[in-house]
Amino acid sequence: MLHIINKSPYDRPAFDSVLKTGEGTILLIEDGVYAAAKGGAVEPKLKAAMGKFKIYALTPDVEARGIADRVIDGVMQVDYAGFVDLVAENKTNQSWL
Amino acid sequence: MKFAILVSEGPYTHQATDTAFLFAQAVLAKGHEIFRVFFYHDGVYNATRLTTPPRDDRNVVERWTKLAEAHCLDMVVCVAAAQRRGIVDEGEMKRNGKDATNLAEPFRISGLGQLIEAGIQADRLVVFGD
Repeated sequence: MLHIINKSPYDRPAFDSVLKTGEGTILLIEDGVYAAAKGGAVEPKLKAAMGKFKIYALTPDVEARGIADRVIDGVMQVDYAGFVDLVAENKTNQSWL
Repeated sequence: MKFAILVSEGPYTHQATDTAFLFAQAVLAKGHEIFRVFFYHDGVYNATRLTTPPRDDRNVVERWTKLAEAHCLDMVVCVAAAQRRGIVDEGEMKRNGKDATNLAEPFRISGLGQLIEAGIQADRLVVFGD
């Protein structure tokens, strides 16, 4: 399952809700990419989840928010073509709105 | 692979319509097919031909219509959401006694069944909203 998160973890509980589902693939887009920023309160939680979740962030949204130079190690970055591939590779996807 | 896209946010609101559009472009660039783009809730505002955004800003409606024309996309606006928000085509104008239409070509107004069908017919349905 691909979980698409477009909300900041500092704004809405979508990121926490996804972690509770146990395992899968996460794609952070729009304000969701703030979860991937080093030094945030969410960092330990995201790092702990890395064993169970593959975590991606959408590069244009990372860049638009000025956090390209401090993305947590292990978070993989994709462009829109990579976004399409993730949707194609995963049989199901859920946008956590 | 066949994709379907659901847009439930209006233009110039947050980022969902932009993400949806760029995603749709990338789907087509990769050689996949888009079975349908369905506009629901405030997403129906993507279909008005009367918007005039500033010249240095993106024109969300025009961008959708150009993409649809270039790739023969089926772009469907939910009728109930459209009626509530004043998105009107010829048929709706007559049916509801209105004095104008504002639906941009090639959007079309139809029912929720079109979303269900898209979910069944497409291999993947991706939702963009706020």
